[in-house]
Amino acid sequence: MKVTVIIDAVIILFLVIGAFLSLVAAFGVIRLPDVYTRNHAASKAATLGVMSTLLAAFLYFYLIEGHFSSRILLGIAFIFITAPVSGHLISRAAYNAGVKLSDSSIRDDLKDKNKR
Amino acid sequence: MLEMVMKASLICFSLAMLGLVYRLIKGPTVPDRVVALDAIGINLVAIVAILSMLLRTSEFLDVILLIGILAFIGTIAFAKFLEKGEIIESDRNH
Repeated sequence: MKVTVIIDAVIILFLVIGAFLSLVAAFGVIRLPDVYTRNHAASKAATLGVMSTLLAAFLYFYLIEGHFSSRILLGIAFIFITAPVSGHLISRAAYNAGVKLSDSSIRDDLKDKNKR
Repeated sequence: MLEMVMKASLICFSLAMLGLVYRLIKGPTVPDRVVALDAIGINLVAIVAILSMLLRTSEFLDVILLIGILAFIGTIAFAKFLEKGEIIESDRNH
């Protein structure tokens, strides 16, 4: 088996994982009942899918084109740091703005803490 | 083979963005729309990465970092606006 075939297989694996996770995230954002669960789906699955795709791009440019791109690595690190932070902030803003949980949720630990 | 998989995953990302646009239009509350816009920005990063692979050029790799930073700043600003009613607080008023 030639080396290029293995490189292609690894890149294809990362691309397929990324596309699948992104589709799962979009499906969750469409189907889940309230904003918190939607945020959960969007800020985890989409982030991991995009990081996998960026890793595929990095491997493609490094192994096939011979171009070490530190910008993609920086992009991976940046998305890994910032996407959970923005998910947390928008979820907290939604709770403080008074967005209700879905009817099927049974527990709200923040309810008593928020009365001041 | 590699190029075909790239095109297929480009189609997958476009379908994902279409679902997020549905949530952006329909979403009953404002935070729903912000979540959808944030995820659209993140997906746009992946689309730029796949397009630069398809076009065999490394000139668009700055765009990846730029879109990531801009989506983060926009989401932070909107979260602060929803929570406090203003984005940059000025202490001069009191």
